[in-house]
Amino acid sequence: MRILTEAVAPVTADFSEDTWWIWLIKAVAIVVFLLTSVLIAIWFERKVVARMQVRPGPNVHGPFGLLQSLADAMKLLVKEDMTVKAADKLVYIVAPMIAVFCSLLTFAVIPFGPNVSMFGVNTPLQLTDFPVAVLYILACAAVGVYGIVLGGWSSGSTYPLLGAVRSTAQVISYELAMGLSLVSVFILAGSMSTSQIVTSQTAVWWFLPLLPAFVIYIISMVGETNRLPFDLPEAEGELVSGYMTEYSSMKFAWFFLAEYINMLNVSAVATTLFLGGWRAPWPISTINDGMFNEGWWPVLWFLAKLWFFMFVFVWIRGSVLRFRYDQFMKIGWKLLIPAALVWVVAVGVVQGVRQFSGLELRSVLFVLAGIVVVGLVISFLIPEKKQPPAPKRPPGPQVYDPYAGGYPVPPLPGQVLPPSPRKQRAEAAAAAAADQSTTPQVTQEVHGG
Amino acid sequence: MSGLATALVETGETTTAEAVLFWILGPIMVLAALGLLFVKKAVHAALAVIVVMISLAFLYVAQDAVFLGVVQVVVYTGAVMMLFLFVLMLVGVDSSDSLVETIRGQRWIGLLAGIGLGAVLVGVVGRATYGKPYGLSGEAVDNNPTGVAHIIFGQYVFAFEVVGALLVTAALGALVLTHRQRLTPRVGQKERADARVATGGRLTPLPAPGVYARHNAMDVPALGPDGQPIEDSVPRVLRVRGQEADAEEFAARTERMLAGASQVRGNVPPPAAPERASLNAPDLGAAVSDTGQNGPSTGRSADSPSALGQEDGK
Repeated sequence: MRILTEAVAPVTADFSEDTWWIWLIKAVAIVVFLLTSVLIAIWFERKVVARMQVRPGPNVHGPFGLLQSLADAMKLLVKEDMTVKAADKLVYIVAPMIAVFCSLLTFAVIPFGPNVSMFGVNTPLQLTDFPVAVLYILACAAVGVYGIVLGGWSSGSTYPLLGAVRSTAQVISYELAMGLSLVSVFILAGSMSTSQIVTSQTAVWWFLPLLPAFVIYIISMVGETNRLPFDLPEAEGELVSGYMTEYSSMKFAWFFLAEYINMLNVSAVATTLFLGGWRAPWPISTINDGMFNEGWWPVLWFLAKLWFFMFVFVWIRGSVLRFRYDQFMKIGWKLLIPAALVWVVAVGVVQGVRQFSGLELRSVLFVLAGIVVVGLVISFLIPEKKQPPAPKRPPGPQVYDPYAGGYPVPPLPGQVLPPSPRKQRAEAAAAAAADQSTTPQVTQEVHGG
Repeated sequence: MSGLATALVETGETTTAEAVLFWILGPIMVLAALGLLFVKKAVHAALAVIVVMISLAFLYVAQDAVFLGVVQVVVYTGAVMMLFLFVLMLVGVDSSDSLVETIRGQRWIGLLAGIGLGAVLVGVVGRATYGKPYGLSGEAVDNNPTGVAHIIFGQYVFAFEVVGALLVTAALGALVLTHRQRLTPRVGQKERADARVATGGRLTPLPAPGVYARHNAMDVPALGPDGQPIEDSVPRVLRVRGQEADAEEFAARTERMLAGASQVRGNVPPPAAPERASLNAPDLGAAVSDTGQNGPSTGRSADSPSALGQEDGK
């Protein structure tokens, strides 16, 4: 990998001084960072969801329940490791490994910060980088899905297979939207190397000019990681646990680990491509000539942004319900992919006009704004279509037939239920019992207006 | 890794690292390719192809074609083989190839043709002379994707567009061929719900079998709010086998209980509050019969203590 990064010039990060022990330190640091982050992420998720549901969440083991996920991991380790009889042995064992190993690969190209001095060696806080680093991330994600798919298939059981099939369809469709939303970043940054993309966001972070792409990425990253509201491959209401139904003990834990590492991965990609990577947010970045954009400080900003996305994941999980499968596919194919395509074409046209006609971006935008304004003015000149007059509502509460549609419906504003026959009879009986000769009074409740 | 080929430019020799990489990946690829031919299950064959593809990607990257290597994984492994697996899974988890010969003598002809191809390949490869290897240099190494873009969108732009048009045509053709005119109106969620209500059957999920105060056995039917056993709540298998418990027995007990309760309440009112007692009894009767399966608008709501008593007597 060292020679690779030497050979390619358009990568901003300078790896020229790296030695083998520097790589070893970085690689081990990344793995340790990911594993501890997963432990914290599980605790974080449970705690935040608990807050959203007005309950305390894990609070017994350790301060604030911090050791809860450690205890859970220990429990998973010592549980009985079962291999189901109908399973395809080799694939069954290999599948969780594929999932975890592929999820560990992504962080190799994520920049945590600029060049720092590490034991006297000037090296960037990034394991490696090359001109197609973001494509490499997509490739790792694509291979990682084989873990889910093969795990579901090899279990030799119906629900896991259904989960696997769903996951295949889901990942293929959402990877398209995801890739397309990243293309506009490549166009503006002029590179697919992560360090170069971070450098290109010195002036403005890409999520502002590329807001539609950012939104599409956020939606498809949730779909890509099988998280609520898109967790259809493991929808426990429909498929027990989907592809991991037949897994137990450590093999199950590996799938679990892979899912959380993938969350960290897509969050890191979103941070790097749209939120300026390790760059300090605006007011802080101006302090003392960009002091906070140098040295080890950027790690802090990077982690803050990363955990912001992790919070968004939990936030979405706590507030949105699971989609139905057909709705989910409809969003992917009929909304996200066309929108992403249109956006890429728009960005391509603007960038092309800027580069090849020598026009300034500002004048291009002014022309576009002018076209929009002219269109708006013209739309005002088109006479409005006459609305048919709304049917006049007769005054006073209306008695309606609640069984008109076949089953009872509650009254709308201005409607009242017809007097209840049961109530009438009850009152009649009461009157008879009390030996009164007056007729029962039926009061009509008026709902709403 | 990709610098291996760069070193080639300077020395004219491949490095040891490249040789090591090749001799590790080579046997793996050959084994996987043979596996494609000899494994029994279709999914295993697909896995073998994936191994070959990923190993190929490694070799591409080692030869300075970083872009090609990564795209190989994204497109072929990530999309094409994934679709293959998708279809294989839908076709059947355990379906294996049929070994019946559909065309007579097909196997022998295939074998002969295979041997012929092998002979030709061995002959060509054996007689080929290898020129001095040379690696990439200059722009192609410095920025691989840019170099590829220049070639595709400059030199071969027409061919590229033709291929693109061909692929779009193929996709459209698949759409047209698989399209079916809808002859009947679409039955959606609302239509299904309406139909279910219109049949007048049960709308809610079935209760679990068992009467929890005294039984929780699978063969004991659950009791509805009206005290009547719900036969459907017992699993269908048990009903078909005739292993269902006698529903009447449990129903009768409930009826007796209810009768006893209404006797106490209806006929012996506490002297202190006669009005409340007489009001309570019809309420109980109405609630008991009204919340049954038929909805609130049934004709049974005229229950009074005496009506309930009659039913009990049956």
